[in-house]
Amino acid sequence: MPKDFLKGVHDSYDVIVIGSGLAGLTAANTLARQGYSVLLLEHHYQLGGMATWFKRRGGHIFDISLHGFPHGMIKSCRKYWTQEIADSIVQLKGIRFENPQFSLRTTFNREDFTRQLVEKFGQSPEVVSDFFDTARKMNFYDDQTTTTRELFERFFPGRGDVVRLLMEPITYANGSTLDDPAITYGIVFSNFMSKGVFTFQGGTDKLVTQMRDEMTRNGVDVRIRSLVERIEVSRDRRVTGVVVNGRRIGCRAIVSNANLKTTILKLVDRSNLDPEFVAETEAVRLNNSSCQVYIALKPGERFDDCGDLLFHSEHEGFDVEALLSRKVSSRTFSFYYPETRPGSDRYLIVSSTNANYSDWATLSEEDYQASKQDLIETTLDCLEQYVPNVRNQLDHVEAATPRTFEHYTRHQQGASFGTKFEGLKVSQELPEHIQGLFHSGSVGIIMSGWLGAVNYGVIVANNVDKLLTPTTATA
Amino acid sequence: MTPEQIRTVILDILSRIAPDEDLSDLDDTVPFREQMELDSMDFLDIVMELRKRYRVQIPEEEYQQLVTMQSTVEYLEPRLKDAESPA
Repeated sequence: MPKDFLKGVHDSYDVIVIGSGLAGLTAANTLARQGYSVLLLEHHYQLGGMATWFKRRGGHIFDISLHGFPHGMIKSCRKYWTQEIADSIVQLKGIRFENPQFSLRTTFNREDFTRQLVEKFGQSPEVVSDFFDTARKMNFYDDQTTTTRELFERFFPGRGDVVRLLMEPITYANGSTLDDPAITYGIVFSNFMSKGVFTFQGGTDKLVTQMRDEMTRNGVDVRIRSLVERIEVSRDRRVTGVVVNGRRIGCRAIVSNANLKTTILKLVDRSNLDPEFVAETEAVRLNNSSCQVYIALKPGERFDDCGDLLFHSEHEGFDVEALLSRKVSSRTFSFYYPETRPGSDRYLIVSSTNANYSDWATLSEEDYQASKQDLIETTLDCLEQYVPNVRNQLDHVEAATPRTFEHYTRHQQGASFGTKFEGLKVSQELPEHIQGLFHSGSVGIIMSGWLGAVNYGVIVANNVDKLLTPTTATA
Repeated sequence: MTPEQIRTVILDILSRIAPDEDLSDLDDTVPFREQMELDSMDFLDIVMELRKRYRVQIPEEEYQQLVTMQSTVEYLEPRLKDAESPA
């Protein structure tokens, strides 16, 4: 008989959380701390969503999205998780750009960016300062019609190289483009550029294990291999439970950390939704997906200091279409030294490129395998510029495509950065359409990435708490 | 709770949110944000903590009442007058 992953589960909970990405994990933990009974359901055998890792023969551990989150994670982890988790967060100081326009290395904070923009790019300190201040003051309820392209044109007209320096890392981090609202850039940029970029020492596996331990201490009932098939809604449009692995479990509220469109269009029966809201949800654009190549050196083999994150491009200027194209000309290399996992002796590299799902979805199995192999070979060719002997040092190499991301996250089209800006409104308004149904996860560009996901988990947990708390008679 | 007891509760919540800040010389009439590093998530934490402890609901449009210690205590006083002070 197959193992029952729901053995011993209760018939009902205050809150059911669907999906264990960082937003789902943080919402579950926050609500358990507020005193609610919480059931966390994850379809995969591992928690973390896109904050994940995998192991390969020879003792290699690859991280998918570990390197390069903002300073704010330290504070959020301390407040919403544990001091121990916050204490493992360390800065990545070697951020490199190598492209036909410039070659530079930065610590990726406001001070160093200002210095480089003035000294290397000939910008006046006043303009740079004004740009940073403008970006910092942006709020998500501000003007949404100005695009990021227009923002750059205002401060750095005709300077494609400056745009590249300021935009390439953000595109890597959240898939946004020059056509997205300037406020999304401003908010994310301020988060990233003020105090550098960071990583979690010990790896994603250690982080997620510590989060799981903390959830257990707070009483969250965590279940893996548990796929939610549908969300049950009463006639008066309130959530009453879910059906998971063929079994019904009741609840007072749901936080769905599944993809926004999956939550509304697949898990809920349409008869429970206004047609206008369905249409609005259908119109939400997903962000692009990714390809990654994972490269592990043989034990004992090493590379010299290549930096931590390297934005490599052969393209003349910054061009999002070129970034997404299968004819890859731009890659971001994350270099993992043994210090990433103290006690390990391994050197690993993960190459990431943004990618269109449509380019990969319809390939025949034969073409798909050939394309993956081609991606590996071209990546190694490129990497030889920085790690000259990499082909001889190799122990393991493999590739992931938008189809891989789709498989493991169940995100539509393998979306690896949630939705475009309009998704935020739909996510926030969902509880007005179905009482007790909340969405939390990567949406709207600003609520994506590790910090965005953690904080959105808390924001949504607060809304759940508000709904479930009876008002005091004295108020 | 008396205004003084409410003030003690708020100080306790603030010290948990911002453990590195020295709150001993907090000026009750000056906005919190001018005296310490508080962001919008921190205000959310204050609201959640008050709801957890006293079941007091603070609507988003009234978050602005929490700008200084003085305004916070004045806002909470009628809402917490029947609440028990922590031992």
